[in-house]
Amino acid sequence: MTATTPRPTNASGPARRAAANASAPRKGGKPPVRPGLKLRERREGLAGYAFLTPWLIGFVGLTVGPMAYSLYFSFTRYNLFSDPQWIGLDNYIRLFTDDPQFIQSAQITLVYVLVGTPIKLAAALGIALLLNYRDKGSGFFRSAFYAPSLIGASVSVAIVWRAMFSSNGPVDSGLSIFGIELGGWVGNVSLVVPMMIILAVWQFGGTMVIFLAGLKQVPKELYEAAEMDGAGAMRRFKAVTIPMLSPVIFFNLLLELIGAFQVFASAYIISSGTGGPAGMTNFITVYLYKRAFQDGQMGYAAAIAWVLLVVVAVIAFILFRTQKSWVHYAGDNR
Amino acid sequence: MTAIRPEATFDEAVRTAKGAPTRRKVSRKSWQTVIWFVALGALTVLVLYPLVWLVFSTFKPNAEFGQNPGLIPESPTIDNYLRVFEGIAGVPLWRFFANSLFIASMAVIGTVLSSALAAYGFARIKFKGVGVLFAAMIGTLLLPFHVVIIPQYVLFNRLDLIDTYIPLILPKFLATEAFFVFLIVQFIRSIPRDMDEAARIDGAGHFRIFWSIIVPLIKPALITCSIFAFIWAWNDFLGPLLYVTSPEQYPLPIALRLYNDQTSASDYGASVTASLLALVPIMAFFAVFQRFLIGGVATQGLKG
Repeated sequence: MTATTPRPTNASGPARRAAANASAPRKGGKPPVRPGLKLRERREGLAGYAFLTPWLIGFVGLTVGPMAYSLYFSFTRYNLFSDPQWIGLDNYIRLFTDDPQFIQSAQITLVYVLVGTPIKLAAALGIALLLNYRDKGSGFFRSAFYAPSLIGASVSVAIVWRAMFSSNGPVDSGLSIFGIELGGWVGNVSLVVPMMIILAVWQFGGTMVIFLAGLKQVPKELYEAAEMDGAGAMRRFKAVTIPMLSPVIFFNLLLELIGAFQVFASAYIISSGTGGPAGMTNFITVYLYKRAFQDGQMGYAAAIAWVLLVVVAVIAFILFRTQKSWVHYAGDNR
Repeated sequence: MTAIRPEATFDEAVRTAKGAPTRRKVSRKSWQTVIWFVALGALTVLVLYPLVWLVFSTFKPNAEFGQNPGLIPESPTIDNYLRVFEGIAGVPLWRFFANSLFIASMAVIGTVLSSALAAYGFARIKFKGVGVLFAAMIGTLLLPFHVVIIPQYVLFNRLDLIDTYIPLILPKFLATEAFFVFLIVQFIRSIPRDMDEAARIDGAGHFRIFWSIIVPLIKPALITCSIFAFIWAWNDFLGPLLYVTSPEQYPLPIALRLYNDQTSASDYGASVTASLLALVPIMAFFAVFQRFLIGGVATQGLKG
């Protein structure tokens, strides 16, 4: 049950983690020195790289190389047609001191990510618990809840969302039964981000499925033991479910946070590519796209991309650092 | 939080042992089941309502959009479908479908081939540097895609590949989507090594082992990858938005955008109808292969 940080070899990392890991059988009991070993090793190396060749080409040519280039571009003025012109930190300085659009974009993106993701995870966990209560009949509900996560990022759903949340749309008319009159979410500066968050939460199914699989692996004896000790339902949830599920929670939190930063199609479609109303759907990816591909400011957009990367890296770093205090791996208890 | 079943059984056993009335327990249990079904049923309605609304909306005439927020069209019509089939910007609808289908099929082939090869290399061959490379591969799982789009665009622009499908398809053949490699690695690791070792002793090389032993055994993982690769490529918006410029080459998501932002007095009926049609293949895939999809997602999160 050790989610995340998979380790391919047993050479690295603390021994206890390695012991808990699936890579143990790698230590095959071959005698260490034998004639022809060098040759064999070399042949293994060749085979290894042969299998990895397509991936390596992609990794170098489409990931690492482009990353280096985008870092370089971020220090230049570059419009695709003339050569990049080195301007040092100017792009970054302009971003943080002279670009209210960027500041707003960063703010709404952070609100979207930091509010939306916890709600989505809580919904996914809560509904997974509910589904886990009973096996019979839960398969249907699981499928029904999962479906939106497959299509949620599509243009089709963005179009539906825009129609549903427009003024006099189904959502407004539903709320007016309760006496709430909003007059449309799409054009409303303070409602359009909540609307985007609702769209994200609607796609809780993928996360829920992972939680559900995690819940199925919690040993029943733990609940029984806790109950024998007189623990109530809430206590059992806090003392058994949450710790046992913490690797899965960690994994989901990490992936969902990073994924949320990258929301693009829905924001772009809902605002017809403008990022409006008043820049409230101008999420960081939309802003980056507009700068790079509408204004032709490739260097400036590359700087935005690197700010995004640094923010994502910092969040991942913080999560990994705090992991020790709340994530319990099965191996640690032994 | 009464959501966990195991201890309920236990609860029951203890109470019965204590001599508590079993009868009342049973009826309480069945009440809980009723509440459970009602709660989840209500949630299902809420979650699926947008899709149901979409289906019904396709039969509403344009005038009803913004007037009739309800489910049932006041004056149902199939005009939207007729208009949508004609296409937009002089391109018939089937063309957009064919474009999407081509891109998605190539994505499936490329992803499965390249990811399976890479996964075998990571999971089964011990060689210098494999640990570092694997860590790097996992790292790309967390990398925001937007960091590389600008240089990738510059590269494909230099190579004069704009308005071709190559920028969309080539990365799939190079296993750039770490999710798939990781998923297959997990699957291969769960296969005991006895069979490959036996084959080794018989003199089979890695490629032979990969092709005749591993590939047949990892079929479920390959199916999961194929479906996800198809759906993601089918839904992809940013890629074709960047690289596909002529309307007759548009895949569906970009074509949908035409209905949506063209100044042509917003044809809502056509827009929702085309949206629904674009979702049909995905929903069909989901209906047929949901076991693989849900299983794949669950494995991804748990093992490792």
